[in-house]
Amino acid sequence: MSTSVKRLFGRSLTLDRGGRRVLSDLSFEAAAGSALVVTGANGAGKSTLLRLIAGLLRPVAGDLGLDGGDPELTIPQQCHYFGHMDALKPQLSVEENLGFWRAFTGSADATVFEALARVGLARLASLPAAYLSAGQRRRLAFARLLVTKRPIWLLDEPTSALDAASEARLLEVVGDHLDGGGLVVAATHLALPFARMDSLRLGPSVVEAA
Amino acid sequence: MSALSALFVREMKLATRVGGGALMGALFFLIVVTVVPFGVGPDLNLLARIGPAILWIGALLATLLSLDRLFQADRDDGGLDLVLMGEAPLELVVLIKCLAHWTATGLPLVIASPMLAVFMNMEPVAIGATTLTLLVGTPALTFVGAIGAALTVSLRRGGLLLAILVLPLTVPVMIFGVSAATAAVQEPVPFATPFSILAALGLFSMVLGPIAGAAALRHAGD
Repeated sequence: MSTSVKRLFGRSLTLDRGGRRVLSDLSFEAAAGSALVVTGANGAGKSTLLRLIAGLLRPVAGDLGLDGGDPELTIPQQCHYFGHMDALKPQLSVEENLGFWRAFTGSADATVFEALARVGLARLASLPAAYLSAGQRRRLAFARLLVTKRPIWLLDEPTSALDAASEARLLEVVGDHLDGGGLVVAATHLALPFARMDSLRLGPSVVEAA
Repeated sequence: MSALSALFVREMKLATRVGGGALMGALFFLIVVTVVPFGVGPDLNLLARIGPAILWIGALLATLLSLDRLFQADRDDGGLDLVLMGEAPLELVVLIKCLAHWTATGLPLVIASPMLAVFMNMEPVAIGATTLTLLVGTPALTFVGAIGAALTVSLRRGGLLLAILVLPLTVPVMIFGVSAATAAVQEPVPFATPFSILAALGLFSMVLGPIAGAAALRHAGD
């Protein structure tokens, strides 16, 4: 039985990529119910930190921990990763794309149509994903976070390619997730007006200090 | 289990829609086998003798041709990251992807082979034996090829490297496949001996392919 997630933390994380130290002795803490907004210049390691939490990269030193959550699952298994790539197959329709991820990730939450309505794509359900615009692809990818329930959302530049109305809708959905006791780590270089947020600034200074 | 059945259904849809690999393999097989009689000439006895070998070489090349996108397409669109993070065991994901790949590209080769065998002037017994060896042997080609596909997942134009990596491992499959097919019509070797080894290679690769492929995919992230 899963308990609610309380806190995600990293202690003195160090990570190298391509022989270059990207993260050095980084510690952070993200509490449930508020968003941790990671900012920093291009190449400061924002995406790297998210991929590290998602288990896609391994740190050289330091560790990640989670208070609460389902003890049977690893941290990545409790995360939704909304990265730069949309994980959509152009040959499949909007509905088939989302339906696959709903069945594959398990523990279904909303139905495909509820999630599509939430991101404003319900009318395009039968259209092949190849015909979607960049913003629509982004919204369809985001709908993946709604069809299955996972407590931790890792959002990498979540508002890129979105218009103002879609951005407002996305912020509203993220707000609902936070209200429900969810945990969000978002990497961005735009201002993201979440209701409750902490910030973590990554920069060359962080790297050089170590 | 529903996660894996959903994966199988999606892989089949992708293979059979525009840009999918299902027909491409079968067409390539058709080209290879059709060209040989033109090159070899109208010596019917010779064609009948080399028929099983030509069908096997065609099937091997057709399988290799369609394998390079097995995992690369998922990596390119970011889907592989989500699969790696998910609860479904990666070994089973690789197994299901291989089974779907074989159903979409290997099975059509098996079905087409009796018709193409007629081009090679093969006897009915030889046609039956070759089709049976392809049915048992082509899954082994897919599973062994999946290891190469997983190893070259992060390389652009990894298709040729995949073929070079995988070819030595597929040679035993081809040797026993062809010798079983020939043994069915020629003395003194009984059909069952090479055929059993072929079946064993198929089962062995069915275990090794998913485990090795999953291990390679886990380390492809960095």
